Amino acid sequence: MSVDPRGLRPSATFPPNVIAEIQRAADQGLYEIRGFGAKRKLPTFDDLVFLGASVSRYPLEGYREKCATDVWLGTRFAKKPIHLKIPITIAGMSFGALGANAKEAIGRACTEMGTSSTTGDGGMTEEERRSSKTLVYQVLPSRYGLNPDDLRRCDAIEVVVGQGAKPGGGGMLLGMKITERVAAMRRLPVGIDQRSACRHPDWTGPDDLTIKIQELREITNWEKPIYVKVGATRTRYDVALAVKAGADVVVVDGMQGGTAATQDVFIEHVGIPTLPAVRLAVEALQELDMHRKVQLIVSGGIRSGADAGKAIAMGADAVAIGSATMVALGCNKPVYIEDYHKLDTEPGMCHHCHTGRCPVGVTTQDPELQKRLSPEQGARWLRNYLSVMVLELQTVARACGKSHVHNLEPDDLVALTVEAAAMAKVPLAGTDWIPGNGRF
Amino acid sequence: MINVDLAAETVRDLNQRLHDLPADTNERAWRIVNPKGAHALVAGLDRPVEVRIEGHVGYYCAGMNKQASVTIDGHCGVGVAENIMSGAVRVKGNASQSAGASGQGGLLVIEGDAAARCGISMKGVTIVVGGSVGHMSAFMAQTGNLVICGDAGQSLGDSIYEAKLYVQGKVESLGADCIEKKMTPHHIAKLERLLAEAGIKADARKFRRFGSARKLYNFHVDHADAY
Repeated sequence: MSVDPRGLRPSATFPPNVIAEIQRAADQGLYEIRGFGAKRKLPTFDDLVFLGASVSRYPLEGYREKCATDVWLGTRFAKKPIHLKIPITIAGMSFGALGANAKEAIGRACTEMGTSSTTGDGGMTEEERRSSKTLVYQVLPSRYGLNPDDLRRCDAIEVVVGQGAKPGGGGMLLGMKITERVAAMRRLPVGIDQRSACRHPDWTGPDDLTIKIQELREITNWEKPIYVKVGATRTRYDVALAVKAGADVVVVDGMQGGTAATQDVFIEHVGIPTLPAVRLAVEALQELDMHRKVQLIVSGGIRSGADAGKAIAMGADAVAIGSATMVALGCNKPVYIEDYHKLDTEPGMCHHCHTGRCPVGVTTQDPELQKRLSPEQGARWLRNYLSVMVLELQTVARACGKSHVHNLEPDDLVALTVEAAAMAKVPLAGTDWIPGNGRF
Repeated sequence: MINVDLAAETVRDLNQRLHDLPADTNERAWRIVNPKGAHALVAGLDRPVEVRIEGHVGYYCAGMNKQASVTIDGHCGVGVAENIMSGAVRVKGNASQSAGASGQGGLLVIEGDAAARCGISMKGVTIVVGGSVGHMSAFMAQTGNLVICGDAGQSLGDSIYEAKLYVQGKVESLGADCIEKKMTPHHIAKLERLLAEAGIKADARKFRRFGSARKLYNFHVDHADAY
């Protein structure tokens, strides 16, 4: 007997996915922990467009006139600031969350492209140090794998205060991924559900952070640039306080930023999108007369050269990509379909990094699954992808008449939605209206 | 003996001199006066030198120490010997909070009292406290030993992993997943060794032992009240 569809009325408050989640929670008694990033619709860089040159401004010739992309990071205090050929860096992702092959692939691609990769919650592996010409070493609340030898052999230090996917929360790595090697690096029992601390064990607040940065500089003889990474929330204050604490570089990670394992409620409901975070961070730097003196790296949902260009036009010095890096390495690729099905998911919708059963061998510690991603092939894919991003970035910069991508400016942007105009503080397209700027 | 007066020399210059020492240095004995609460003093040492600091020090003294033997003849600020890897650090006075935080090896001795979060996130260090420790000591302690000759404040060993805790005095309360365990002859003998290494006189037989119940190692809804 068929159902008369005229009588079917879905609830906006309880749509099928909400009903399913409530019943899953009732069944399993645990909140959902998953990987990837926010899946809800958010204002993004897609809501901005560039104003290409025409009569009032002239463009640069594509492929012929130079459009430089290099960036210096850490010029404020560090004796040895780093110089990258491109303003697109790789965000911190741990060995543990990622397999050794993925980490090595990232390091190789970064070295070939002249950019930096970053360690993660779990310490530095030999593979990534060996393969990465420029390696940023994270100092996290957990302090897993932290040691002074790696502080000295890295190229920059990133003090992680928070992460866009979970500002105010600590890392997670579920027992399936705590193999003997991962456990040994973190000094944890094999197979436990690892819960990283959400606060550093020996400092709280900006005054302590100032002294912690001083200690890290003393240990490394003031050579290394020191970044401070914050998840985007009260970004104006956090950036100002990071600058006050002595950071060379501030990294702001918006709520679209990815994670290997975090509570879904954190991913979807805590933090602000990257779009307003960039503007707030730049304003904080400008208020302190520190814009371009303390460099700003923006991450969280950056996917293309256009995204990078818009972040840079708004005032960022560089961007960092994490989830997009994984996608370039094969994350959610329609291969090994049967293994996606074993995880009750499909290519394109997988967020099962937390299980350690990554069908494409990126976020796994399983030796057999890791064989699906060779460092050589992964490096080639990521290098290609980064090259495309840079070409896209140069294309939009030349279209706006810029000989260096850092010459992009907010005046080169307009917004397609009222929300994006308010968040980015650029005019709504076709108007001179910026909501919140004192005019209706 | 090399004498350094921090009224005349900066912490930066002193630390650089210590970092620049060759592995086979003969300059092994250092005496530092007038520290005046300076931060990051002798942080990041990696030579088998003996350093004696006469006076009080600020945050992160002897942070991430390797090989060196550092004695602080005074009180110390937050995070003394944080993330210590090896060697020994001795505080003749009292220590502020987060003493030995995330320490991965070596020995930290505090002859006086230690404030809150002593041994937080410890990963292999041995910490011996002659006096008492404040609240949340050994929070998320992973491995290593924390010996407390006096009392322990609230929530000792909260969310502890495999670290071993020994307390001679009172324990105000235990944190999540931390329980008292039997003190066997094996543990008494081990504690005697730890006390002897630390040069602290105490009767190991009077201590109680605490460690992880291991009930929170994997998520389970029936343990939600413990968090």
